[in-house]
Amino acid sequence: MKSVYLDHQASTPLLPEAFEAMRPYFTEAFGSPSSLHRFGLRVRDGVKTAREQIATLINAESPDDIIFTSGGTESANLAIKGFADANERKGNHIVLAATEHPSVINSIEYLEKHHGFTSTKVPVNEIGQIDPQTIRAAITDKTILVSVHLVNHDIGTIEPIKEISKITQEKGISLFVDAVAAAGWHPIDVQSLGCQLLSLSPHRFYGPKGVGVLYRSRKARVTSLIHGGVQENGRRAGTENVPAIIGAGVAAEVALRDMGDRIAHVSRLQKRLYDGLMNRIQYIKLNGPVPGTDRICNSLNWSTEFIEGEGQLLLFDLNGIAVASGSSCVSKSLKVSHVLSAIGLDHALAQGNIIMSLGKDNTDDDVDYVVETFAKIVDRLRTMSPMWQEFQEHKIDSVISPTGIGQSFTERAASVSGKPAH
Amino acid sequence: MSDQKEYTLYNDTVMDHFMNPRNMGDLPEADGVGEVGAAACGDIMKISLKIRDGKIEDARFKTFGCGSAIASSSMATELIKGRTIDEIKNFSNQEVVDALGGLPPVKIHCSVLAEEALKAAIEDYEKKNAAVAK
Repeated sequence: MKSVYLDHQASTPLLPEAFEAMRPYFTEAFGSPSSLHRFGLRVRDGVKTAREQIATLINAESPDDIIFTSGGTESANLAIKGFADANERKGNHIVLAATEHPSVINSIEYLEKHHGFTSTKVPVNEIGQIDPQTIRAAITDKTILVSVHLVNHDIGTIEPIKEISKITQEKGISLFVDAVAAAGWHPIDVQSLGCQLLSLSPHRFYGPKGVGVLYRSRKARVTSLIHGGVQENGRRAGTENVPAIIGAGVAAEVALRDMGDRIAHVSRLQKRLYDGLMNRIQYIKLNGPVPGTDRICNSLNWSTEFIEGEGQLLLFDLNGIAVASGSSCVSKSLKVSHVLSAIGLDHALAQGNIIMSLGKDNTDDDVDYVVETFAKIVDRLRTMSPMWQEFQEHKIDSVISPTGIGQSFTERAASVSGKPAH
Repeated sequence: MSDQKEYTLYNDTVMDHFMNPRNMGDLPEADGVGEVGAAACGDIMKISLKIRDGKIEDARFKTFGCGSAIASSSMATELIKGRTIDEIKNFSNQEVVDALGGLPPVKIHCSVLAEEALKAAIEDYEKKNAAVAK
């Protein structure tokens, strides 16, 4: 069976050159970078190189601005809780986008619950963009931090970080940018972005899991969340995950070297996939910006009407295609993706959600196979769907292409279930 | 993946009922039709029944929902054929869960939806019959 991996926003395979670079650090180069003997010094040198490679990828002022953590989630936790802890005398209010990643939202909720913080969630428009002026309006004299992602993890929207940082700099407030969905696929220059904190996750650009990065400008103070030794300049205690750090450095170097080619390749496939599905499938809608300057080059987020997302995901998988979904049925909380709610997407459409994210090894053939398979999956699930039948009988209307006949899908679903879905 | 093991989200029985659903479709001259939705997740299930001499002669389903919702409706329509109306009134979702060899805890509500659709279809049948009797 053909195998097509289209979930690169979840994780990517490790680059062979990163794997080779990591290999000796599991066996002969096993020393702790804190040790003063040659076993330790050798490893310390490797970690130093990796720190430089990461700093170069994002144009940090200095490699000392790079803190290695266990992953993107820990980086977000350190950026928010560590910054809040170090700066709470200045204020206790945080501004964030409504569509931030759960690692950001839940870190801020923790501060609200346990440390007397308050926050303001800034809304986004129907394609997930933030109006920088709403950030300005949300800032109070208690605000110490603004948190906005560079690229949305769900719908691929690129946020106007430079315009937002003009406001935060004018107000003397720090800006944390979650760049996990962007790093490796989009040029990042922390100096021109004007942010003081930025997180990224190497396994999203062909590096290993178990390592994350927090960029921290010297202008922003953060307190360590993990207490112990003085590793990472006292900002993250514990013996370093050396092999993963080495792999992260190599992945960063290759990502920078190949970025132009990678972006050109996946952008072309993204356009092919977008055109293919828009032409082939009826009652399908792209969530987030159309492919172009407002959208990350590697992902597409779809809603297909009258069918549910988990069933689509299962049938994709049975056909060798790996995709993700923000439908309530794939979530343990039974709630649709908060990003889809924030862009005001109709609940019935959020139910039919599928997320595809391309990588450097995908091909035209992969894309064509996905288009053909998706068309078959949609037909199959619609045959089983009472909603499709009722649409054919003009009892309910399409949300994507309304005809003005019958109840809307969502109204109908609400009347059948006795109350509106959340 | 070179791994020999087959990795699937649900067990073999659930996957089989999802991939090869039994009794999918409609009964043009159904005696009772029940359509219910789950407010929790938004899934919708419709079950149509053909009833003769107080027994379920035939059943069909249509489902807007996840794999386990489709499998639950497929299994429920299989289980009830030949049963009496009174038996259906006492039908429990647990029977669907057991017949499917178990469902993940977060998916139990899919089997509840099947039970509710079934009971709604019986209610519809009784309502129609009462109208005819008058």
